[in-house]
Amino acid sequence: MKTLSYMGAIVAVVFASACSQGDKTDRANVVDATVAYDFQKQLLSQLISAKPGDVVQIPEGKFQLNRSLSLNIDGVTIRGAGMDKSILSFKNQIQGAEGLLVNASNFIIEDLAIEDTIGDALKVNEGENIIIRNVRVEWTNGPATENGAYGIYPVQTKNTLVEGSVAIGASDAGIYVGQSRNVIVRNNRAEFNVAGIEIENTIGADVYGNVATNNTGGILVFNMPNLPQPGHSTRVYNNKIFKNNTENFGHEGTPVAAVPAGSGVVINSNDKVEIFNNEIADNDTANIVVSSYFTSGYYSDKSTQKDFDPYPEGIYIYNNHFVGGGTSPDRLELKALKLTKFGLNGSLPDVLWDGVINSEKLVNGKLPDDLRLCMDNGDAGIVNVDFINDYKNISTDIAPHKCHLSKLPQVMLDFDQPDTKQEGEDHLAVIEGANE
Amino acid sequence: MSSWELRGSIVALLLAAVLSGVSGCEKPRSQVAVFGVDAIPAHLSDWHLIEVVDGVLTPNTGVVPYDLNTGLFTDYAHKLRTVWMPAGTSAIYDKEQFEYPVGTILSKTFYYPKGGDGAVLRTDNFADDYAPGRAGEALDMARVRLMETRLLVRREDGWQALPYVWNAAQTEAVLEIAGEVSRLHLKAVGGETSAFNYVVPDANQCAGCHADNFTGREISPLGPRARHLNKRYPYRGGTENQLVYWQKIGYLSGLPELDSLPSLASFSDADLPLEERARAYLDINCGHCHNPAGAADTSGLMLNHSETDWRRLGLCKPPVAAGTGSGERLFAIVPGEPDSSILNFRVESADPGAMMPELGRSLVHEEGAELLRQWVAALPGTCL
Repeated sequence: MKTLSYMGAIVAVVFASACSQGDKTDRANVVDATVAYDFQKQLLSQLISAKPGDVVQIPEGKFQLNRSLSLNIDGVTIRGAGMDKSILSFKNQIQGAEGLLVNASNFIIEDLAIEDTIGDALKVNEGENIIIRNVRVEWTNGPATENGAYGIYPVQTKNTLVEGSVAIGASDAGIYVGQSRNVIVRNNRAEFNVAGIEIENTIGADVYGNVATNNTGGILVFNMPNLPQPGHSTRVYNNKIFKNNTENFGHEGTPVAAVPAGSGVVINSNDKVEIFNNEIADNDTANIVVSSYFTSGYYSDKSTQKDFDPYPEGIYIYNNHFVGGGTSPDRLELKALKLTKFGLNGSLPDVLWDGVINSEKLVNGKLPDDLRLCMDNGDAGIVNVDFINDYKNISTDIAPHKCHLSKLPQVMLDFDQPDTKQEGEDHLAVIEGANE
Repeated sequence: MSSWELRGSIVALLLAAVLSGVSGCEKPRSQVAVFGVDAIPAHLSDWHLIEVVDGVLTPNTGVVPYDLNTGLFTDYAHKLRTVWMPAGTSAIYDKEQFEYPVGTILSKTFYYPKGGDGAVLRTDNFADDYAPGRAGEALDMARVRLMETRLLVRREDGWQALPYVWNAAQTEAVLEIAGEVSRLHLKAVGGETSAFNYVVPDANQCAGCHADNFTGREISPLGPRARHLNKRYPYRGGTENQLVYWQKIGYLSGLPELDSLPSLASFSDADLPLEERARAYLDINCGHCHNPAGAADTSGLMLNHSETDWRRLGLCKPPVAAGTGSGERLFAIVPGEPDSSILNFRVESADPGAMMPELGRSLVHEEGAELLRQWVAALPGTCL
């Protein structure tokens, strides 16, 4: 090939002179004196020209970029010197809907920060075997509606690990895994986002060892209609989910804008979800909310695909440690409910359920066992708000929920060996130390 | 690597020798040169596709200009598009996407009419861009400012995207895989001047749009497809349908009867039905991502020309991950209510975090946005 290309080049050289003159381009007009143009150009070029196996190093320092980065070569690692040392800042970004957009498999990004992107911080759109480790995504001005939507955002991926990372200030979700398969989200910290961690339309996700605090909603497990894949089988365990009481600053019209402030864990329309061994505390609306798509305010035949299942089914909540919560719910109807049903100094029970079930699936007036909402958390209670009948038959009867479901299998990732796991847990300690 | 390159090179050598002095170029002009995938020249001129000769930019012999019924909006830039194929090869017709022969080079030169005082002009008059009597083939350098020329080169294993950026002296364009940003001043005819960032996308961003099958990641030409090309063009020998002309010069084989060919509307042709104009506009501006295999299939919103399901087209469809792009609105399209429709909000936005398309513009396309407003306003029904 070299020889042939060379031939072509020779032809060009011989005949190039007659009709054209060579010249050097001028530099682009400088638009923003704070931007590290040379660094940006070099990094863009490195990512564009990367070969499988390449490690793109981000040195220590804070680098101001104004254009979106992208990668579409498989097998590339992007590595910084630490999430507080190698910082890509996109303040004053003029182009691109993300900080870094990746469409590649066997991708690793670790030990760096992406700050203040105008849209999403890190989006991985399609790819297999994705590792996002010790990455900080942050909007440094704190929670604000004008912040970018998603922090860490793998969508339509297979085999994805998000660990040891930090997400702060996203106007939608800090860590958002959408339409994916086989996902582990562990040992991360999500703070001051509308949704701390959100698993949406995903099949097989383990969410554990995370800290979700000061979000509007801590950890969300959602299904949305009109997408190629409905999700199921998510396990949320060993997390610390507390004080997620930040006022909802999401954009109206987005699904998370419907989440009441003060929600610890929210399950919406998703099936086969297991919530266990978590420490869930002081979430002012409720420590756990289980709801159907009807509560999102969107449901209509016109807006929803025919075969969409809006009901959360097969929900198993057990061995969680609840403290406080439910003392000051968001939303008028919930405030009224608390006052009338639980009194001025009372609180909503740990689990708030909209009570909407699929009546077509009832057998002798009861849901089949595997579709039920089951609870086993000591004396933790539930309130069924009877949403579909406008809060008419509110019930706190736990008896229908004293049941057990078969447990979901662990999510296994081929590239995630036990020793790696140990390393991940070590990182958690470092992260927490760095932020507290 | 195939042997066409070698053959092409030898043929080019011989032809160039024979044709020196008798081509359209007043000075001897080299034939189109072909370079291997790893031997890309830094200068556009080395390809000999288009060159500035005596004050006009002209395509070389065999480099055929073409136009589209409706094109992608790129900050009001005008575009000179060309196609070249190695001697003896032709594209094979297909309704969706032609099979272009290895060695095909497509070029698209973005330029603006000069607006005086260093500004560029916003106008939909293209006739004045050309030298007198040479409409469609000779850009008058006294009247235009060249910004960039993007090449798509057909390799054995797919298309290669190469962005070249023109220098201020307008004498050469240089390969810039990392793209480029220029501050321009756009002057509306008889109106105000406003500053904006003209952004040349980087090579990955080229692929971001041109990989309309996102999973396969193969990039492909978006414009030169039957439904976009099916229109007349002012060739030197007379105005003619482009597909017929391509067939005549040997660039297209297997072309069915002309009246059986697909054709999209010109979005600006007010004589055509609103629906056809809007769908043509959405197809070329949005359909490359918003199709069932595209990058934006994650949204569930499909805007490609062949979509027929109204909910997938956005009617009463709630957003999935629109973020800032929701504009505080509930549905992609609320019939009769462009001011309540996310689609209208996003095409009317110039905020990179909210606007659609995400790439390729810094400005709002007012005429396109207005067309989509009229279209949504005319849709019947409600979302209740």
